[in-house]
Amino acid sequence: MTDTQDAVSTVSVTVNGEEIQARPGDLLIDACENAGTYIPRFCYHPRMTPVGMCRMCLVEVDTGRGPALQPSCMLPVSDGMTVDTESELTKKAQDGVLEFLLANHPLDCPVCDKGGECPLQDQTMAFGPGESRFIEEKRHYEKPIAISDTVYLDRERCILCDRCTRFADEVAGDTLIHFMDRGNNTQVNTFPNEPFASYFSGNTVQACPVGALTAKPYRFKARPWDLEENLSTAWTDSVGSRVTVQSSRNKVLRVLGVDSDAVNWGWLSDKERFAFEALNSEARFTQPMARNSTDDELSPTGWAPAMTAVVEALTDVDPGRVGIIGGARLTNEAQYAWAKLAKGVLGTDNVDAQLGDGLPADVVLGLPRATIADACRPGGTIILAGPDPKEDLGALYLRLRHAVINDGATLIELTPHRTGLSGIAAHSLHPRPGELGDLAAALVAASSGVATDAAGVSADAIAAAAASVNGPVTVVLGRASLAESAATVVDAAVALNGLADASFLSALRRGNVHGALDAGLAPGLLPGRTTIADSGAAFADAWGSVPESAGLDTAGMLAAAAAGDIDVLVLLGADPLSDFPDAAAAEAGLAGAATVIAVDTLPNASVVAHADLVLPAAAATEVDGTFTNLEGRVSVCEQKVTPCGTARSDWMIAAQIALRLEADLGIDSPAAARAELAALSSCHSDLTEEALAANGVEGVLCAGNGTIAAPTTSSASGPANDAYSLRLVATRRMYDAGTALAHSPASAGLARSVELRLNPVDFDKLGIESGSVVKLISSAGELMTPVVADAGVPAGSAAIPANAPDANANQLTDASQPVTDVRVERS
Amino acid sequence: MPTHDYIPHAAGYVDNDGPKIVTSRFPYEDSYTLERFEATGGYEGLRTALSRRPADVHSEVRDATVLGRGGAGFPAGVKWGFMPPGKYPYYLVVNGDESEPGTYKDRLLMERDPHQLIEGCLITCYALGLAQCFLYVRGEMALAQERIAQALNDAYAKGYVGENILGTDFSVDITLTWGAGAYIVGEETALIESLEGNRGMPRLKPPYFPAAIGLYGQPTIVNNVETLANMPWLMQNGADQYKTYGSESSPGTRMVAVSGHVKRPGVYEIEQGVTTFRDLFYGDNFCQGIRDGHELKMFVPGGGSAPWFFPEQVDLPLEARPVGAAGSMLGSGAIMVMDETTDAVKAALRLVRFYARESCGKCTPCREGTTWEERVLQRILDGEGRPSDIDMLLDIADNISPGPYPVAADPSQGLEAVPFPPKQTTICPLGPSSVAPITSTIRRFRHEYDAKITKRDTIPVSAAPMSAEAAS
Repeated sequence: MTDTQDAVSTVSVTVNGEEIQARPGDLLIDACENAGTYIPRFCYHPRMTPVGMCRMCLVEVDTGRGPALQPSCMLPVSDGMTVDTESELTKKAQDGVLEFLLANHPLDCPVCDKGGECPLQDQTMAFGPGESRFIEEKRHYEKPIAISDTVYLDRERCILCDRCTRFADEVAGDTLIHFMDRGNNTQVNTFPNEPFASYFSGNTVQACPVGALTAKPYRFKARPWDLEENLSTAWTDSVGSRVTVQSSRNKVLRVLGVDSDAVNWGWLSDKERFAFEALNSEARFTQPMARNSTDDELSPTGWAPAMTAVVEALTDVDPGRVGIIGGARLTNEAQYAWAKLAKGVLGTDNVDAQLGDGLPADVVLGLPRATIADACRPGGTIILAGPDPKEDLGALYLRLRHAVINDGATLIELTPHRTGLSGIAAHSLHPRPGELGDLAAALVAASSGVATDAAGVSADAIAAAAASVNGPVTVVLGRASLAESAATVVDAAVALNGLADASFLSALRRGNVHGALDAGLAPGLLPGRTTIADSGAAFADAWGSVPESAGLDTAGMLAAAAAGDIDVLVLLGADPLSDFPDAAAAEAGLAGAATVIAVDTLPNASVVAHADLVLPAAAATEVDGTFTNLEGRVSVCEQKVTPCGTARSDWMIAAQIALRLEADLGIDSPAAARAELAALSSCHSDLTEEALAANGVEGVLCAGNGTIAAPTTSSASGPANDAYSLRLVATRRMYDAGTALAHSPASAGLARSVELRLNPVDFDKLGIESGSVVKLISSAGELMTPVVADAGVPAGSAAIPANAPDANANQLTDASQPVTDVRVERS
Repeated sequence: MPTHDYIPHAAGYVDNDGPKIVTSRFPYEDSYTLERFEATGGYEGLRTALSRRPADVHSEVRDATVLGRGGAGFPAGVKWGFMPPGKYPYYLVVNGDESEPGTYKDRLLMERDPHQLIEGCLITCYALGLAQCFLYVRGEMALAQERIAQALNDAYAKGYVGENILGTDFSVDITLTWGAGAYIVGEETALIESLEGNRGMPRLKPPYFPAAIGLYGQPTIVNNVETLANMPWLMQNGADQYKTYGSESSPGTRMVAVSGHVKRPGVYEIEQGVTTFRDLFYGDNFCQGIRDGHELKMFVPGGGSAPWFFPEQVDLPLEARPVGAAGSMLGSGAIMVMDETTDAVKAALRLVRFYARESCGKCTPCREGTTWEERVLQRILDGEGRPSDIDMLLDIADNISPGPYPVAADPSQGLEAVPFPPKQTTICPLGPSSVAPITSTIRRFRHEYDAKITKRDTIPVSAAPMSAEAAS
């Protein structure tokens, strides 16, 4: 009862003579804004701790001890408080602060990127003095200085609001910018020789209330009043951060974060923010290409001949000899269209949106689901059995970090080595590669009182971690290392599902991969989180026919193609050579398929080497549709610019192929595809046009497991280590050799080269020195790499990045093996 | 025996006839050694305290009304009572970052009698149940740091500090640390930030006292060096004896540092509320008058942050309440005396420049306002002042410290005093402090400003651009 009373109780505050009701604990600045009275501010940011630095939000407040100026960003409302935001005293203070701020501000607004959308300009107009009495020479600094590859700092324009420095310290945990000097010479700067190398640096540019911080991709590109914008969804990872896409003259020029309570709180990783640069790349496919027989190169052709060739390849072929790899780049609607084309028209179930680097569909779809907010519940427990969120899912990392630091969530890591969250984790347990399942089982056993050593982790450490579990448990589940098979993650999921109240948040990383699974782009799967076995009959009615049994996954398709059992392989935005965790198998599969058809936006390694036909696809920001994030939350991606060249939307390409095959998908717009999905799927029944329109920012959560049951199988554990070898860990980094990054001028230089990290104790055993270049050898291949010591890597493990620009770990891995043992040789 | 004059080895200290609570050992050349300290009743106050219950020790201090000697004058015994019960650990932080312009009394206490301070810390820790004390000494005071370090080593060796002090269950560790040269770190919350290894910037209020949330988020008492130096004497002699000195509301003695145009500037231990400024400036026992042939023009009664006083205020006693009502404060006990040869504008600029340099840069009005004031004053002195500059200075001052600023009465113009303290648009009082010299001098000596103002209405922008990088 008390809870209910507390929830509805309010305090009464008089603002400019009118009584308003506010929630107890609300800051006065927020309470006034909610009631329609805007108090000017610079340093206050609703997602960061108030600091009361700029003094712009001073208002006259009377709490019973007489009226006095108080910073409204620091003052929680109290009952009976009287506030005057328009009194003479308040106005004098606002005038005064603005005059002080402008005293040394350069007023180079005509050449400042912020001009036109500048809070300092706007608030000077609304609250400031008409002119300045400051006639002394203004403060001068070198302008601007590059504090990272992407961010420039102009200290003359800075008004020292502490937003960027607070963000770096408090939100991102990358304390690389700070105040230096003091008094009038106080300035924001980096430490000597340490650039602002944060994955989240772009947020400081967006949060800057003046033009002091600017981002390279947008500098001098447009004036704010020339920009048009659309609400959309970031497409580079699966968090589904809400963004606004801004363009001028049919070119995307900027992406800004939008504050969504459920998802990204307004923050973006730099990858999400700056990835639009690749869309404007000269390298984009602007017309279909065909490999000509004379010089074996791809050369331009028209849509008509290209489509004729595609249809020719697909006509009179056994459905089982057609495979489709990829699809995570597509919108939900295009994924549905391609699923319907593959399973309903072509009749093949050889469809896989993942490239052997993810998890089986039943693990992602069949376990109790959690949202980001569930994971971040105050007082809850987060078990991270997946990749480093800082590298893979930037915006999720920020949310988890906040939950642990500010809301008392307990974080337990079950990761192959140290992650970006280890510093705040209650327990970091690092199992031997391939033995995550054993560790998870031991953790669950320890929580019921039986602690044993497991996976190289001591019983004491496991018992301590188990003892710290409290409140509801959310498992962030994903594929941390590409050098281990998914089986051990499945084992871990099965074990952790045994914890009371456990729910699961998928950490699959690639774009709209969750939409692809929901649309049925996986072997044996049908749209709406159901299977051929469960719903084949229903879909046969709707689609005409569906395959009778589950087909091949990517590994299976590549193996079949290598054996000559696949004739047509469609790469639906896929690059198996780079991403499939077995370079040799990918090469053999692509080489073995008679016809390789690529539907893509940019040339990647697989397309350049093996595609016989390329159909240019419209990219993100060029298509209408929706996106499904890792929670199952569906949000809009609106078209902002026209597709590049003659590129077409993916759904349109599917519909046209179907028509040429004398079948009609019945899809003539993204909305039609969406409506059909909602009608067929029990999980998507809430996905109406009205719901999408009403929840523009927060999106529509599509919950439920459909007919997919939780996995129960437990595969065998990995083979015993031979004691001579190290076990390989290959983890993703935010910036790697990915195609889009390579075509983003400002960010391309951020991909770091390959580097082997070993525990210091292994150096003595191996007789090598930190910094030397070594040869890393597995049964599948070898590569040369510098080696460095890293105490965050457990002894016996060898950690390398998965897709570094100069060496790809998939040369070392064999997708058919549960783990990858490697030897290190001095070169 | 009082020497009635400077003591050569205690630079600036003048020994005289008054009661001695904290400076009794200064005449001994070896006053800083443990041997001398023990030979002159040292650590007896601690023994007395340890023989009593901690709550009784606390009551003794509360009864004695030991006012804080750092500047604000808040009673130590009351401050100690703000610690929330049961939120261990508690910390004691000693504010030895004495940097208020004109103040040099704590330095002498640390250099001449470090054991007295350590004993004061121990008594305080005992009274409050603390096990950890941090001694934060100003970075520039090398000798004080050396002497305290030596004293701590000796005290640890003899069992006065550390585990099981004097064979009891009482254990305290005292950690010596020092500042990096920022005035604002004398403000207690900025000192705590600095102690934690952060940039020395004041914390936001509330909480108003670190007693609630202080060092590392724990309840923390921050006391001035002189405040704690009173404790050994108080323990040995009791609150009743303590209260026989000074006035009823300000018992005991306090140290004042007089500088400027008097015949014998120096540090004096005086009785609070009994001694007047006239006694201090003109008494034979004290400063012995303004230098020959000159007369008092103005004086700063309590450190650079205090509004200025003029000859009409010399009969005020050195006591917080009457000085506050008269429009200023006793603050850190630094008194700067200026005779008629002093240029009021130059004197104001000197202090304003200090505050402009020492602003931490956090609040806009202080960061921008103090430097603006400094540059306008400099421009006036350079002969490029405009008639509008004087009112502009007052308005800039009003934007840092809104409303009537504390100032002394001026009978000649029929102007009343505005009582202390000032209002502020900033987090801490540094910005408002910079206003004191400006409002004090403009009200009293506006004619001096007028005389320096150019007769032109407009003047060119200063020929010498101020480069922030050059200035730093």
